[in-house]
Amino acid sequence: MHTEFLMGNEAIALGALAAGVNVVAGYPGTPSTEVLETVAKRKGGQTYVEWSVNEKAAMEVAAGAAYAGARTLVTMKQVGLNVASDPLMSLAYIGVKGGMVVLVADDPGPISSQTEQDTRTFAQYSKLPCFDPSGVADAYAMIQDAFKLSERIGSPVLLRPTTRVDHGYESIKVADQDEWRVHQPEGFVKDPSRWVIFPRLSVVNHAKIEARNAQLSETLSDSRDNFVLPGAGEAARVGIATHGISYQYVRENLDEANHPSVLRVGTPFPFPERKAVQFLEGLDEVLCVEELDPVIERALIAVCGKFGLSTKIRGKLTGDIQPSGENTVESVGKAIACFLGSEPAAEVAPAEADPAPQLPVRPPVLCAGCPHRASFYAVKKAMGKRKTIYCGDIGCYTLGNAAPLDMVDTCLCMGAGINIAQGVFRVEPDTTCFAFVGDSTFFASGITGVVNAFYNQANLTLVVLDNSTTAMTGHQPHPGTGRTMMGEVVQKVSIEAVLRAIGLTTVETVNPLDHKHAVETVRRVADEPGVKAIIFKSPCVVLARPQSSSRVDATACIGCQRCIHELGCPALSLKGGKATIDETQCSGCTLCEQVCPVGAISGGERL
Amino acid sequence: MTDDIILCGVGGQGTILASKLLASAAMGRDLPVKTAETIGMAQRGGSVLSHVRIGEGAASPLIGTRRASLIIAFEPAEAVRQLAFLRPGGTVVVSDRPIVPASALVGGPAYDVEAVMAYLRKRVERLVVVDADAAARDLGSAKCLNVVLLGAAVRSGALMLTADDIAEAIRRLVPERFQDLNARALAYAR
Repeated sequence: MHTEFLMGNEAIALGALAAGVNVVAGYPGTPSTEVLETVAKRKGGQTYVEWSVNEKAAMEVAAGAAYAGARTLVTMKQVGLNVASDPLMSLAYIGVKGGMVVLVADDPGPISSQTEQDTRTFAQYSKLPCFDPSGVADAYAMIQDAFKLSERIGSPVLLRPTTRVDHGYESIKVADQDEWRVHQPEGFVKDPSRWVIFPRLSVVNHAKIEARNAQLSETLSDSRDNFVLPGAGEAARVGIATHGISYQYVRENLDEANHPSVLRVGTPFPFPERKAVQFLEGLDEVLCVEELDPVIERALIAVCGKFGLSTKIRGKLTGDIQPSGENTVESVGKAIACFLGSEPAAEVAPAEADPAPQLPVRPPVLCAGCPHRASFYAVKKAMGKRKTIYCGDIGCYTLGNAAPLDMVDTCLCMGAGINIAQGVFRVEPDTTCFAFVGDSTFFASGITGVVNAFYNQANLTLVVLDNSTTAMTGHQPHPGTGRTMMGEVVQKVSIEAVLRAIGLTTVETVNPLDHKHAVETVRRVADEPGVKAIIFKSPCVVLARPQSSSRVDATACIGCQRCIHELGCPALSLKGGKATIDETQCSGCTLCEQVCPVGAISGGERL
Repeated sequence: MTDDIILCGVGGQGTILASKLLASAAMGRDLPVKTAETIGMAQRGGSVLSHVRIGEGAASPLIGTRRASLIIAFEPAEAVRQLAFLRPGGTVVVSDRPIVPASALVGGPAYDVEAVMAYLRKRVERLVVVDADAAARDLGSAKCLNVVLLGAAVRSGALMLTADDIAEAIRRLVPERFQDLNARALAYAR
């Protein structure tokens, strides 16, 4: 063993490696991404790792490997679980041979997600056991418990940290590489009665799953992952039930000499019923401090009903805890103070006479030099006042919605933009429909949308924003990059060839930073009938790191602010009535040089 | 007893390296440490926040409002934005160089840096203002503002860590070619 300062996600990866994981697959998504990246960085020879094209593919790769007896890990964020839920729901019935852990990172807040869905609820729905860690060391231990449990019961098991656990750091003790378990997969053994799902098999397995989960509720009641901190003083006649990072917020707010007893639920499903009954015994009231869904609260209400207990259960359903959003040290502190009937520490409101000054807002923006800015701007200029819809998608380019670009009218989920554009076209045939999709999203779930649009005779322009990486999540490779997580250099999958194979006859590849040519291309292509595509190809500026920088000639600048108001580039600002460029941010993309009406900006070098 | 430190700024300013240096310095002294970072979408020019908790007794990696002993602000408006974290009597170390977002130029709320600095001077008793432009000029680089601020924080007396602890962390974490610049930045005082 040795001590390392680790991010929660790194600890989960090292825990999986220590458990002898053989195959790891996933799709990037904040806050889960670093798990797979750490596996790739730290793994030994017994582990295969890949970024799959999407979460469904990752789930199926991991399932196949687990059928063959391998220990497997599949990683994703919570909305990725929606994509992977088709294989997972069926896999819950079929089961696995090797241990299989499904790591799903939830994002209360949400800080970088579309939804606040709770994977603990998905665990109940899919009937799969679920672990819910409260910190870095906890996550490291739990993933190893999860592998053991998965292998013992022959079923995939969920591990659902939240953002604050994924991205929290602690110094913890971890196994040395020579202490890692070596897991030798047995290989796939043919058995159609086990591996081929049919209704008659499902009904038998469903009954087995229900019986197993009832049994698990019993054994998990003795698990180290579900425990009680005994109360102290007068407050010990009431209790707090909590989980995940909220458990730490509860601890921050406990008075050592006088506090409720605390139940930490580490396995929300199957719920450790016997443990809960022991905890509830003698308690007048229990406050459930949960983030997202009231999973523990509902389970405790059920336990009280089932066993005829009179303990009053409070939480989200009684309005004592906020129904949505992220908990904090202070929100939990206030809830506990109200629960105990004491006043929360007085808030010192800023004096009325001394209000804080107005602060600028900082919505996330496209980087200076980002080629997406040039792509959006080209389409905007080409379309002018025409009736259009700009369907966006998931990635950095969602930020094209911000002023002054204002070029994203819709964004729903991975790959949706292409189909949304088709739907709008069916209702408004006179609208010029555009669908913007990034290169990684195109591979993840864009292709089927193009096939659908092409075959069903839609009229729209597909704009692929190809920056040759998965930028938003930190530059992961995808099939268009020609690199794999195993370090191989492989043949790229060509987006243009895929589009032509579908049947599109107009597929134009353009450098968006060549503004005039880009505008001309958009004008021409948008007027063609049917489904046609423009691929705006220019590398992500964060990866390409161009070294030049544009400068404003202050004597030539007429102060019209066109560059600032048209582009919204973070490197551009106004100084003494003239445009000025922050050289530490500028990458010399030259877009502002091409926009300036008097040629006052120069010095950049276009990639 | 814990040092509860908030680092705040704008994505790209180097707050994450600064929090890693503090954590490494604490580990060099065998002190327990927990941190939490902003990662993901907010990094693209947004407000970023790191929590660093050094010493025994920290359960959560996140610090509650009115519980931070020290705020290290890489940008004046961000100092005001996170001021609710400061405990009574706590210290704020702030760079005086504003970063004006594009939003303030295209119709969003304006940024009056004079008003922001005046507010900090009025509200924070233990305020250390770092002249970022002077530091960049004297050191020949604007890219080590994070370490300049750590140096100012150490000298303010608001940390259990010493300049030597942080110097050692720099030797562990910073690439060789930037070691000299960062060593000078740590010692920089005007």
